[in-house]
Amino acid sequence: MDVLMLSRLQFAAATFFHFLFVPLTLGLSVMLAIMETRYVRTGDEIYLKMTKFWGKLFLINFAIGVVTGITLEFQFGTNWSRYSEFMGDIFGALLAIEALGFFFLESILLGVWIFGWRKISKKAHAIVMWLIAFASTGSALWIITANAWMQHPVGYVIRNGRAELESFAAVALNTFGIFMFIHTVSAAYILSAFFVMGISAYHLLKKQHVEFFTKSFRIALVFGLIFSFVAIVEGHLHGSHVAETQPAKLAAMESHWETSKNAPIYLFAFPDEANEKNSIEIGPIPGMLSLLSFHSTDAEVKGLKDFPPEERPPVLITFASFKIMVGLGFYFALATSIGWLRRNRLMESPWYLKLMLYSIPLPYIAIDLGWTVAEVGRQPWIVYGIMKTADAVSPIAVSQVAVSLAAFILVYGLLGAAAFYLIIKIARKGPEAVA
Amino acid sequence: MDLQTIWFFLWVLLWAVYFVTDGFDLGVGSLLPILGKTNEEKRIMYNSIGPLWDGNEVWLITAGGVTFAAFPRLYAVMFSSLYSALMLILFALILRGVSLEFRGKVDDPRWHKIWDTCMCVGSLVPAILFGVAFANIFQGIPIDGDGVYHGTLFTLLNPYGLLGGVFFLLLFLVHGSIWLAVKSEGNLHDRAADMANKLWPVLLVVAVIFLVASAFATSIYDNYLAHPVLFIFILITVLALVGIKIFLAKKSYWKAWFSSALTIFLATFYGFIGLFPRMFLSNMNPDYTLTAFNSSSSSLTLTIMLVLALIFVPIVLVYQFWAYNLFKGKVTKEDLAYEEAY
Ligand code: HDD
Ligand code: HEM
Ligand code: HEM
Repeated sequence: MDVLMLSRLQFAAATFFHFLFVPLTLGLSVMLAIMETRYVRTGDEIYLKMTKFWGKLFLINFAIGVVTGITLEFQFGTNWSRYSEFMGDIFGALLAIEALGFFFLESILLGVWIFGWRKISKKAHAIVMWLIAFASTGSALWIITANAWMQHPVGYVIRNGRAELESFAAVALNTFGIFMFIHTVSAAYILSAFFVMGISAYHLLKKQHVEFFTKSFRIALVFGLIFSFVAIVEGHLHGSHVAETQPAKLAAMESHWETSKNAPIYLFAFPDEANEKNSIEIGPIPGMLSLLSFHSTDAEVKGLKDFPPEERPPVLITFASFKIMVGLGFYFALATSIGWLRRNRLMESPWYLKLMLYSIPLPYIAIDLGWTVAEVGRQPWIVYGIMKTADAVSPIAVSQVAVSLAAFILVYGLLGAAAFYLIIKIARKGPEAVA
Repeated sequence: MDLQTIWFFLWVLLWAVYFVTDGFDLGVGSLLPILGKTNEEKRIMYNSIGPLWDGNEVWLITAGGVTFAAFPRLYAVMFSSLYSALMLILFALILRGVSLEFRGKVDDPRWHKIWDTCMCVGSLVPAILFGVAFANIFQGIPIDGDGVYHGTLFTLLNPYGLLGGVFFLLLFLVHGSIWLAVKSEGNLHDRAADMANKLWPVLLVVAVIFLVASAFATSIYDNYLAHPVLFIFILITVLALVGIKIFLAKKSYWKAWFSSALTIFLATFYGFIGLFPRMFLSNMNPDYTLTAFNSSSSSLTLTIMLVLALIFVPIVLVYQFWAYNLFKGKVTKEDLAYEEAY
């Protein structure tokens, strides 16, 4: 394998790992802030206990998010130095803003939150958690704005042999980024909701700490329900935006080969990349793809064959990831809707509680598949239409990257195992873990 | 002053603040097996940096981000050239960070031992390698006109590079042991203070050797010779270093800590004042050297970033100071009884 392939693998491993932890930070911080606020408002100790119990899980998760984020930031320089040189004028600024504006707030206040229970007033302590939630969301906004620029570059000129900033406002208000941000945050809230509901279901099934976990379940349920629907609606809008801005990605997401008007969607299809067609196509819904992409059944949708083979993303991965994500999205909406109907009879619905317990991993899968769509579907471009991934890689020795990739797999593997062990241990123990 | 010059010094400032703030965390972590005799003492050491280390580390992230934003070519060439050293630093920092969070979550001596080891290694490695990296930057590195590095990790481990590593390590060890003396009581406090007193003469000797060796290994004195007033700067650095010992002798540990902070702060500037406007020296051909002028961003980006930095850096300093102030007291045995303690 060459430096390019190894670097791609390494970057993918590092981001996927980071993103196993980040969504829970984004969602749980808001839920914690709500729980703690209820405690301050009502003085009811159960909310304090909830804050402490879920907070403990939050902190373990947060720690991994923090330490894995740093390697990501430095990897643009270590592994993608040609990219950094070419795009740094725009891309670097966004990362710097993220750090200056949000990481500081988040990290400094987190220390205050953990150790500050007896040092600041109850009210101030709750406000600190709101600020942490705000800062996490802000950092997500800027990193996604950076990524959105790679997906759909705006506000730049090519000058002095590189991309230079022309309009900061255009970069910061990139519509692609706004779609991406809302979608990612909704996904993170869904994931956090399922995490809280699943662990609560575990205890409710055992009929322990019933009040505590019923309350937790309900708070999470509201989140899950709302954002499952937001993710679907907004995901659809995001998809039509992709159709406009990255037609090759859209064609790969749908495994759509021939440019056509009134393009159909199939209930089931399977791409055959070598022969540039689908080997299986069952149950066409005429005009649906045109409708979903451009809001009109007779709109023309570009097919993959319109792009030279070297400018097409890997079709099967993009296609399958997209379909499974969407399928899971509908499942989440269904599962939370059922939960809403049963919200007052949770204890009488053990099958539902079991379902929710086993659903914990699903949003994790959906989120990582979503990123696969976004990132693999962008290939072969690192910045869509401007720079190819192959031209972005650092001029470094293969051995270096091979060693670092091995180290990533080893260290992250062990770290993941330790975090998983701790989270399960504390989750099982329940509120006694913070007694 | 032009934008590039301002950014050059802002860039050095970020690194300097990083070394001052995270430096004592790294020092405390490195000294864990030596100073922490019992589980309780080890926990006091962890808790002495517990509420602050994460915010300190963000200075590193910001220094990285600002390198990317203000000097993209430098970011690209420096980080890809120093690939292996940087990866080692990052992995070490990962271990350091999770050790703090994980250690206390399971009550088992073997579990503690694993994370204590990670904490020590995770603090020692960055302390040394930052020194190695910066000394090599002062000295020059084999990079060609295309920004390609012609060397390996071992190229960096030359005598001057290693001297830089030892120098940084000692700075951080002294900084960390004084911090611990400030934050602890009883035996641990005595041992920490004793350690600072013992390490100080070694630091002094190494610092003098480093100052002298720099005259032979690097060209950083060129700027000083061209503007002899700059030597006052080195003088203040040495005074700060001596100040550490004076305050230690008076048992004024906070003051000793501030002296040590000032020493680290000035020591970071010392090399870069000599390098200015050079930022990453090529020893293959001076024309390949990256300077503040040939590696910077467009003036639009530099301007926008400057405005943002002038707004945010002071704000960050204010609330970081607030957090330091909140946790300025000693870590006592009673503090360890609370369940949020590490
Ligand atoms: C819980 C997770 C989750 C769920 C249920 C969904 N998504 Fe999603 N999706 C993500 C999590 C996600 C994500 C956070 O992983 C991505 C990656 C980049 C992004 O903006 O969000 C994503 C990307 C992504 C993209 C690619 C964007 C790009 O190329 O940048 C599209 C078109 C959709 N989604 C569309 C949908 C639709 C139509 C859904 C309907 C059910 C849906 N998503 C549910
Ligand atoms: C956390 C969510 C993310 C995940 C799971 C993710 C996943 C991936 C994957 C799988 C690849 C490899 C694609 C391939 O080589 O075929 C990749 C590449 C890359 N991504 Fe992401 N990504 C994420 C977010 C981001 C963000 C926010 C940025 C930028 C700020 C980014 C920048 C890059 C870069 C520079 C590459 C390397 C070039 C390439 O192979 O395309 N990623 N990412
Ligand atoms: C590839 C691009 C990415 C880079 C370079 C990156 C960088 C970082 C860094 C340096 C940290 C540590 C901050 C600290 O010490 O407080 C971090 C944590 C974090 N990142 Fe990322 N990140 C990336 C992708 C993402 C994405 C896609 C999101 C969200 C959508 C995200 C959201 C967060 C959040 C919320 C944290 C706070 C800590 C935590 O969540 O556990 N990051 N990231």
